[in-house]
Amino acid sequence: MLCDICTTNQATVHLTEIIDEQMTELHLCEECAKNKSMDMEQQFGLADLLAGLTDIGKAQVEGKEAVKLKCLVCGLTYDDFRKIGRLGCSECYTSFRKYLIPLLKRIHGSNKHYGKTPLVLTKPVRMKSDAAELKENLEKAIQAEEFEEAARIRDALKALEKKASENK
Amino acid sequence: MQLNDLLNHTSEWLKGTGPHSDIVMSSRVRLARNLEGRLFPHWASKAQAEETMNILKQVIERNDYLKKTTFFRLADLDSVDKQFLVERHLMSREHASKPDSKAIVMEDGEIISIMINEEDHLRMQVMKSGFDFLESWEIMNQIDDSLSKELTYAFSSELGYLTACPTNTGTGMRGSVMLHLPALVIARTIEKVLAAISKLSFTTRGLYGEGTQAIGNFFQISNQVSLGHNEDEIISNINGLIRQVIEHEEQARAILIKQQKAFLEDRVWRGYGILKNAVIISSQETTELLSMVRLGADLDILKDIDRRTINELFILIQPAHLQKLEGKKLNSQERDEKRARIIRSKLVK
Ligand SMILES: [Zn+2]
Ligand SMILES: [Zn+2]
Repeated sequence: MLCDICTTNQATVHLTEIIDEQMTELHLCEECAKNKSMDMEQQFGLADLLAGLTDIGKAQVEGKEAVKLKCLVCGLTYDDFRKIGRLGCSECYTSFRKYLIPLLKRIHGSNKHYGKTPLVLTKPVRMKSDAAELKENLEKAIQAEEFEEAARIRDALKALEKKASENK
Repeated sequence: MQLNDLLNHTSEWLKGTGPHSDIVMSSRVRLARNLEGRLFPHWASKAQAEETMNILKQVIERNDYLKKTTFFRLADLDSVDKQFLVERHLMSREHASKPDSKAIVMEDGEIISIMINEEDHLRMQVMKSGFDFLESWEIMNQIDDSLSKELTYAFSSELGYLTACPTNTGTGMRGSVMLHLPALVIARTIEKVLAAISKLSFTTRGLYGEGTQAIGNFFQISNQVSLGHNEDEIISNINGLIRQVIEHEEQARAILIKQQKAFLEDRVWRGYGILKNAVIISSQETTELLSMVRLGADLDILKDIDRRTINELFILIQPAHLQKLEGKKLNSQERDEKRARIIRSKLVK
């Protein structure tokens, strides 16, 4: 099936849109879907973005399989989440990862935590692996020419190294 | 501590002390935390929610930083008590509206308060009078660290603290400031300032949080982003933004005094006059007029009036406070009369 917008690429994203109480199916390629969702973001702003979680009337970029997706730990479905705007347990973050990561990016402009860690977790070993992970991310960011992100990671890395040396 | 003891105590956010307290009423830092392996409050069974509450109660009661706190189950409080705590900014309206398996823990000085089983298992708040984020954050951070030694928080090194709503994921942190911005409102530049603030991913709300109107020229500004920045960055971003808003308000005040002195004095003295003489008055009208009187005191138009007295009035005139002072339930008309009596007794010497 070809994309409804550009009619050249293969359609991989299927979304339902309700216009004038008529349900329309749209089949899009990844690129056009991305543009479409960016359009919607600008239209609705951040507050509505979340309100939109509970509004099934709006276009659903997630596609149909997302609705049936269920967290095996707490039994909450992704559809429940969209209706109530709350997750059921911390494992939901793993269960719905595919959809939550882009959502977090849209809300916060990032999907990586740079803040504090619970004390019980803050052991030297942990710090080393955190630092290694940050270094990896830094390289990725530089390769992708995301320089703002790279600068942020560099700062976080510095702070971490400073903390590690203080703890010695 | 008994709830009624609070009546003789000035709410921390109304003390009128601390840096820039002419414009900044209070600075609040809030952290959202959840326990690993337990369903979030709205999705948990009643039995599990009760169990969560009891675990947290025990840990909080033996914590060194939380020695001077009292624990209240919301189910044990009547509707006036709950409203009373909302008016004092010690808990949210949402928390008060569904009391099942919920609790509130608060410190005698009202600086620290903890909601149990609100949207997350723990919603901890530190509130200081004036513009004092660093101090609030320091206290909050210590409490959080010491609790994390006894509780296993739901945490991932990639996404941070895992919260019921993805808007709080990461640091779980919200910093908010309550600002009094009468000059920006009078000068009609407030919309511009608010628009600029929302572009920077901060939200503005009224005196009583989500969905409330900005009456009495009070605006609550908080950060919206909790992921991708660490706590210090979040604090310094808010600090920077608030410093600018304070500057705008100060400039607007200076211009008003210079260019519209008579107009300003008129509004202040009229407000003062009505408050001192009214026999029946609504809380909205009171709040609007008190805002002018407060501005008058800040600008030395009203000389022998104590800012703390004015600040206290903002809260004493709220419905639950009036009923607590009277010691019984009052209907809306009785409240409007009681309100006017209290204001007169405080302002007429
Ligand atoms: Zn396409
Ligand atoms: Zn779950």
